Amino acid sequence: MGTGLERLLEKHKTAILKNWFESAIQAYAPDMALFISGKKDPFANPVGSTTLKGLEVLLDQLIADMDRQIITSYLDPIIRIRAVQDFTPSQATAFILLLKKILRHRFADELRDHQLAGELVLLEAKIDQLCLMAFDIYMACREKIYEIKAAETRNRTFRAFERAGLITDTLDEKPGLK
Amino acid sequence: MAEEILKPEELLQISHRPPVTDWMETPINIRKGMYCYASNPKSVEYVGLPNARPWNPVEDDWKLPENWQEIIHQGFKERLEKFRSFKVFMDICVRCGACADKCHYFIGTGDPKNMPVLRAELLRSVYRNDFTTVGRILGKVAGARPLTLEVLKEWWYYFFQCSECRRCSVFCPYGIDTAEITIMGRELLNLLGLNIDWIATPVANCYRTGNHLGIQPHAFKDMLDFFVDDIEEITGVRVEPQFNKKGADILFITPSGDVFADPGTYTCMGYMMLFHFLQERYGLDITWSTYASEGGNFGFFTSHETMKRLNSKMYAEAKRLGVKWILGGECGHMWRVINQYMDTMNGPADFLRTPVSPITGTRFENAKSTKMVHITEFTADLIKHGKLDLDPRRNDHLKVTYHDSCNPSRGMGLFEEPRYVIQNVCNHFYEMPANTIREQTFCCGSGAGLNAGEDMELRLTGGLPRANAVNYVRAKHGVNMLACICAIDRAALPALMEYWVPEVDVTGVHELVANALNLPGQNERSTDLRGEELPGSAGAAEGEADEE
Amino acid sequence: MNARYMISALAVIVLFLVVLIAVQVPGLRYVFGIFIPYLALLTFMVGFIYRVMDWTRSAVPFRIPTTAGQQKSLPWIRYAPFDCPSNKGGVLVRMILEVLTFRSLFKNTRMRLREGSRLAYQLEIFLWVGALAFHYAFLAVLVRHLRFFTEPVPFFVQLVENVDSFFRFEFVYPVVQFGLPGVFLSGLVLLAAVTYLFLRRIFVPQAKYISLAADYFPLFLIFAIALSGIYMRYVTKIDVLAAKELTMGLVTFHPTLPEGVGSVFYVHVFFVSVLLAYFPFSKLMHLGGIFLSPTRNLTTDTRARRHINPWNYPVPVHTYEEYEDEFRDKMIEAGLPVEKMPVENLVEEEKKGVSHGRGNS
Repeated sequence: MGTGLERLLEKHKTAILKNWFESAIQAYAPDMALFISGKKDPFANPVGSTTLKGLEVLLDQLIADMDRQIITSYLDPIIRIRAVQDFTPSQATAFILLLKKILRHRFADELRDHQLAGELVLLEAKIDQLCLMAFDIYMACREKIYEIKAAETRNRTFRAFERAGLITDTLDEKPGLK
Repeated sequence: MAEEILKPEELLQISHRPPVTDWMETPINIRKGMYCYASNPKSVEYVGLPNARPWNPVEDDWKLPENWQEIIHQGFKERLEKFRSFKVFMDICVRCGACADKCHYFIGTGDPKNMPVLRAELLRSVYRNDFTTVGRILGKVAGARPLTLEVLKEWWYYFFQCSECRRCSVFCPYGIDTAEITIMGRELLNLLGLNIDWIATPVANCYRTGNHLGIQPHAFKDMLDFFVDDIEEITGVRVEPQFNKKGADILFITPSGDVFADPGTYTCMGYMMLFHFLQERYGLDITWSTYASEGGNFGFFTSHETMKRLNSKMYAEAKRLGVKWILGGECGHMWRVINQYMDTMNGPADFLRTPVSPITGTRFENAKSTKMVHITEFTADLIKHGKLDLDPRRNDHLKVTYHDSCNPSRGMGLFEEPRYVIQNVCNHFYEMPANTIREQTFCCGSGAGLNAGEDMELRLTGGLPRANAVNYVRAKHGVNMLACICAIDRAALPALMEYWVPEVDVTGVHELVANALNLPGQNERSTDLRGEELPGSAGAAEGEADEE
Repeated sequence: MNARYMISALAVIVLFLVVLIAVQVPGLRYVFGIFIPYLALLTFMVGFIYRVMDWTRSAVPFRIPTTAGQQKSLPWIRYAPFDCPSNKGGVLVRMILEVLTFRSLFKNTRMRLREGSRLAYQLEIFLWVGALAFHYAFLAVLVRHLRFFTEPVPFFVQLVENVDSFFRFEFVYPVVQFGLPGVFLSGLVLLAAVTYLFLRRIFVPQAKYISLAADYFPLFLIFAIALSGIYMRYVTKIDVLAAKELTMGLVTFHPTLPEGVGSVFYVHVFFVSVLLAYFPFSKLMHLGGIFLSPTRNLTTDTRARRHINPWNYPVPVHTYEEYEDEFRDKMIEAGLPVEKMPVENLVEEEKKGVSHGRGNS
């Protein structure tokens, strides 16, 4: 990536991160969004702190080179939370694409410079990549949930008992209550 | 995950959430993954609870009796008279909001109705309407609303999204306890037959067979016999559990989850090995019971009456067998019931004696009326007196942290005993951050009968704060084992860990004890109870460097 | 959402206008200066006692304290005598700490991760400070006002006044400073604390979401009371002797209506009356309720001392006999001891000479 946009991003990083974080948590109900953005304690507010910490690293990764491992280790926790919350897949991952909107809006003036505009297109391609990764993670999380459900069910049929033919259905027999 | 496919124009909209509406006007959306299946009518009928019929929470018609509003009103009134806690808690909340962000379900789901104060307001709003003059006159201005079907459904949805963990009650300036609110809410719902099956069926099973799983007596014994074989394979020692033995000194009761479900089974093996050691070394005479083969009490999640009915077996069996006192295994809500309810409900236990450890001579003064001792109290006392032969190095492959289970924490105050035991049987122990342990401990997200399979999203979101703290010690200290003293924890935390912190496994405290315990006449052990190789077990156990 | 505090604000404004207009009519001064205060006080006393009695009429079936510290168990384990009190003395201390220092509210700690993974603790202290300031300022103001209801003024009222004005504010603003004996801190703190508690409900999202009109109304009312009091003392400087003549008249049951107390005085008295009358019907009853909270005021020695449930009743249970009747055959087969051995088994066993006792497979 050319240095022009890079420098620009570095300069406005804090503000961009703030905007990105805000739009990411807009996905939550308004009261929750305020709670998530307000509390800093990572143990009392895991959703907010995980998201903020993750986005910060992701932004760095977008500006510099993308390291798959680092990205996964910070993107995964964010998506992992959203995969169990009340979101559709698109809602869970949309926040990544919203970064494009934030950048276009913030650098509206600077983007009249063709070179910068070209660099931004490249960056946007990276953002798309990030979004696709997020979707993969999302699906992996959902699969994991079903896997856990299935495994639990299996455990709960108490394999050993069934093998030994020791389980009978209690409730097929008559109520014993007088 | 929502069911519907969004329209293209909705996809990238930022505010796809409904605008802020007053909570009273926000309709409920019974979401898949957040609720448990309705009770099986056969289970409800078996224990003679009202309105047994098939029903489905997501259908409009809940098949309620004609006069359901009257039933609730009468039930409400009766409970206000019977429980000062209920009446006072209905009246004195000032909505300061100190509790709001203390609930693990709120932190994880972000649903405002999971704030403890709002969960209670669900009942309070109806209370004001039905039982206060101001509420009757001013209506909504005074925060009152009539009990409609919509409100009832809201009760059901949210009172089965509370694990009765009492964390909020620690922070409330008036000690308002949401567990108490939820208990009342569920009692009222049960008057209309609105239970969940994960509670109703264990209750019926427990009533009939003595345990939640419906394990019949011979099967219970067979299962323990399997463990006898396993233990022999690992240690070379054949332990001999006793069943329904009249005249034994002590009756031992533990949740049946320990008998059937991993990793609780290893904890069960731990108890068996400990008892064997004590029997060989000191002549301890302890018996299991197949009739009282359940420590847990899902009746507690149904109604006070159902709790009492199920709990009655403990004293009845102790009396029949003529034991001196009762020893209780590692379980959460079982211990809240024993510590705060059992003696009052089913006592006095004047046919038992004040518990005295036959090995150390310690009198358990703190249990002199209820006559039941927690196994970590018992074991901590043994260790303190140097009565166990322990080699903690056999736990050196584990870096352990300890999850305080909600009920023994906030309904009993059992904090130091399990820690003392763990620290004597493990060399690597690390605490999680202070606002996530002891009286501030976070629930596993599956307590109070919510550890079903169908509400996995609820369990995983509710367990997020706990998992988050585990993840912190994993990253910081390399923790790989989460110890707990609760059977629901042992059933629920593995799923939670698998999703959030897959590197961490779950164990009961007495599994760790048994790993470290040297049995008389044992072989040199090459594996732990799970059959996993002990590092450096081939001769040089000391040589293992601790990579910290 | 706004409707909730708008309604409350409107109610207070309406009350204000009512009293302001009404006291212009000489006859109505009796109503607002004498009749309503008496009525309000009566409502307060009867209502308060009734509510507390009503609570105590409900049973305490189980001992359910929240154990917020180590239980008293083995002698060598240090227990938490106040967070998990095993005796009445401990409960007393727990209650005193709760009532006087709002200890549970103080437990709101939070942590931050600083510089990587170093943990730092921080108190989430504002609600606690705000609540404490509010209640103590209110108490100080209340005690100071005893001056109006006692003759001679008791020493502790004097004491509180001295302490209160000890933190004297030196106003440079001449209008206010003029001729003042000293500024009582408590009134200003009360005003500030009420403002804080209100703003908190507006700006803290969760607090806003859960607040009802009934939460705003007393705040507005107390704000109005404090404001009218401060206004009288520092701005209009009412005739204190006349005011005391009226209040002493009320106390001695020889009510009089002296001239020259001014309409703001009636506003002040009326608001106080409204607060008193409103008290027993509202959440303000937490003043009495906290003493009856079963998660705080009970001992935790629940296994050592039996608690009696006054309405404990027998329940249907599944007895061992019923259990054995159902599973006897299977139990015998598994070698589990039974109470009633069927005759044929006994005969068979005698033949084989096996015991039916505990068997190890």
